[in-house]
Amino acid sequence: MRSLAPYILIFVAALLLPLFANDYWAVIGARAAVYWVLVAGLNLVVGYGGQLAIGWVALLTLGSYTAAILVARFDLNPFIAYAAGGVIGALAGVVVGLPALRLRTFYFAMTTLGFATIVTQVALAWQSVTGGGIGLPGPMLAAPFDSAWGFYLLCLGFAAVVTWMTANVASSRYGRSLVAIRDAEVAAEATGISKARLLVLVFLFSGFTAGVAGGLFATLQSYITPEAFSFDLSVTFFIAILVGGRGSIIGPLLGNILLTLLPEFAAPLVAWSTFLYAVLLLAIVLLMPGGIAALLDFRNRKPLESNRSIVPQPDRVRALLGHSPVRDDIVLTNVVLAFGGVRAIDGLDMTIRAGEVHGLIGPNGSGKTTTLNVISGYYSPQQGEAFLGTRVLPHGVPQARSALGIARTFQTPRVIGEASVLQNVMIGATIDGRASFMEAALTLPRHRSDEKRLTARAMAALDVVGLVSLAAVRADRLQHSELRFVEIARALTGRPAFLLLDEPAAGLSTEEIKRLGTLIKAVAEAGTGVLLVEHHADLIFDICDHVTVLNLGRELAAGTPAEIRAHKEVVSAYLGA
Amino acid sequence: MLAAILAAGLAVGSIYALIGVTYNIMFSASRVMSFTSGQLGMLGGVFGALCIGRLHIPIIPGFVLAMTGCALVGLVTEIVAVRPVLKALDQHLYVLSTLGFALMIQTFTAIEFSTEPQPFPHLLGIGQGGPLDEKFWLPVVACFATIIGLELLYRRTLVGRAFLAIAEDNFAARALGLPERNLRMASFALAGAVGGLAGFSGGELLLAFFANGATLNFLGFVPVALGGLGNNRGAVIGGLALGVFQQAANFLMGGVFAGVAVFAVFIVVLLAAPQGLFGSPPARRV
Repeated sequence: MRSLAPYILIFVAALLLPLFANDYWAVIGARAAVYWVLVAGLNLVVGYGGQLAIGWVALLTLGSYTAAILVARFDLNPFIAYAAGGVIGALAGVVVGLPALRLRTFYFAMTTLGFATIVTQVALAWQSVTGGGIGLPGPMLAAPFDSAWGFYLLCLGFAAVVTWMTANVASSRYGRSLVAIRDAEVAAEATGISKARLLVLVFLFSGFTAGVAGGLFATLQSYITPEAFSFDLSVTFFIAILVGGRGSIIGPLLGNILLTLLPEFAAPLVAWSTFLYAVLLLAIVLLMPGGIAALLDFRNRKPLESNRSIVPQPDRVRALLGHSPVRDDIVLTNVVLAFGGVRAIDGLDMTIRAGEVHGLIGPNGSGKTTTLNVISGYYSPQQGEAFLGTRVLPHGVPQARSALGIARTFQTPRVIGEASVLQNVMIGATIDGRASFMEAALTLPRHRSDEKRLTARAMAALDVVGLVSLAAVRADRLQHSELRFVEIARALTGRPAFLLLDEPAAGLSTEEIKRLGTLIKAVAEAGTGVLLVEHHADLIFDICDHVTVLNLGRELAAGTPAEIRAHKEVVSAYLGA
Repeated sequence: MLAAILAAGLAVGSIYALIGVTYNIMFSASRVMSFTSGQLGMLGGVFGALCIGRLHIPIIPGFVLAMTGCALVGLVTEIVAVRPVLKALDQHLYVLSTLGFALMIQTFTAIEFSTEPQPFPHLLGIGQGGPLDEKFWLPVVACFATIIGLELLYRRTLVGRAFLAIAEDNFAARALGLPERNLRMASFALAGAVGGLAGFSGGELLLAFFANGATLNFLGFVPVALGGLGNNRGAVIGGLALGVFQQAANFLMGGVFAGVAVFAVFIVVLLAAPQGLFGSPPARRV
């Protein structure tokens, strides 16, 4: 799927460089390659994960000093020293990165900035080890890497390997999950993606490449002082990614080359280069938030067919879900949840049976969505419990619901606008992947079979909801009704035992509501229990096996659709005469 | 020793608190945290040194000129780096746009003013040397004057209440017919002046140095993080505590350790209480 042509083009051009240019360009080229080793890893953090790590130069510093100290003081082999720098970088990456689990955007950016300042201060002050302001010699390599072009080719090799690995990660379920926590964090949790685990892996990887880049940087500089690791450099890395565009590899690669070469072509402007980068950053954010990658994205500029309709295939649901027969019920017992003085749920008992469609209706503010949020783990009830069979559903861990077979959709569809429809749907089966992060980075067999399986299942889910023709389209180009069905497809891809739908018919046409109803019934018949929060009374009465009516957080009535339709209070309070 | 720690600590603490207030004023008006906050502090010192030191303008007109300059930079921040990204607040583009603009200010100052710290003129010449030197108490006076002034503005004047209304509920304020955009611009100009005042009053302590911007960005944000976003009193308490803590660590164990200690405290407090010690609980996500 990924087009390899631009990468090969850049690589071949880089290989041919020694034939045309003098030694000076070998140094410039090596610098671009070394920076890229760091930027490629950072790209997963910033471009894919959306974590604004602006102080990544700290890891370059640590890797540099580790390698330089090990070689200068302990006479270690430079390549082992590089690896050691990578390990230190990886550890520091986790330390700097972990606050991202609790802190958002600006706060996280500040902590990385603070860390970068501290590392430089320590490097300056710890003279006995780092040489202070006088500095240290960088590791010297033996032949054939001791010449300018030899070292250039070595760095190019590192850059190529890192490009390959990050591209593999980016196109794996890890890459998709990163984009999911960036653009649709709540939905990502509902599909079972653990932000903590994912970010630790990515910070380890990104820290490692930054540390290795640091070692290479020390050799490139041949002598390192704290001044070499200015904050400007950190900003350059960061800007290269944003100029290139979020969620792209080729874009930041071009951005990195551009930013490294820019000062060379405009020698009088060297003093102004940071100023120019800053202007570039501002201009990109304001005028072209998609960066270079958006300019190169020709596929998503073709107009979509304007007259398209969603045609679900309910008869294929069973094959997609492939259920085992025994299933537990979801049981709520005396659940109470208050926000301040408002008792949103006030002592609710409810049972959602496997293989049935359970309708939940009631006026606005009666606690329908709140009930759904309790079951899916976003809210913790103050009293009472939700059970799956006999097991208590743990509070406050929505990311654990997916493994229990509970999937959901949202009142406002939460999809990743910048990812394709297929990628969005594949998110739903993330936890069914088996390959580890490194297997994905190296495209080992288990990763390849994962991808094959998840793709096939996501395509089957798209087929079921009737959106196969839009699989490759960016999700933000879809209509509202289509997004509703994308969410359902995403939930079904995980083969849930229970499907919680939060107003799935809102904004749909009459015809679409009818098709949705048939689809939901087919899902229940295939063995998946459905909780349907809705305002469309017709849909509820058409397809539900059981209906609960809420009012002010309490059950007003419960029973079959026929019983509810005849219930006097319900008719007067909600349905109207 | 204790007097020296307290004098220096309260002085730098007041500067940090004022930068924290700068963050808060901008945040209240626009829900945006801006990297230009610290740069405004840096500019206060640079403009002061430029007007009074280099151009020999008398102190009071020089002060007014420096504050006007900072207010203008605050205003330009709003127009260039904040207003265009307000539409997509949830994408946090403001982090990047204000970072870009802050870097522009910083490098421009480095190139056009000086890359080395420049002396800041003695303003009054009171209590030279010792813990009662004007360089120690000027920032403290500036900080408390600002806080009292802001309280009076917010509680006693119509414009101030309009500021509060915008901060409390932007949509409702606009529905009531408040000129939201003008108030936002006024807030950013005010924030610019407050940030400038931090740098100006602390000029004799920090000197006029382009790199102060980045330092103040971080150290001025710590009180905001400690005191809770948008909480000015929290920022003052947090700022003074930070200043005294930092100077104590500095005197007792050296500058590098002070830096590490401040960073460690910042991280620990944030991880333990992401909303700050006096902040409000987070909004619901689903």
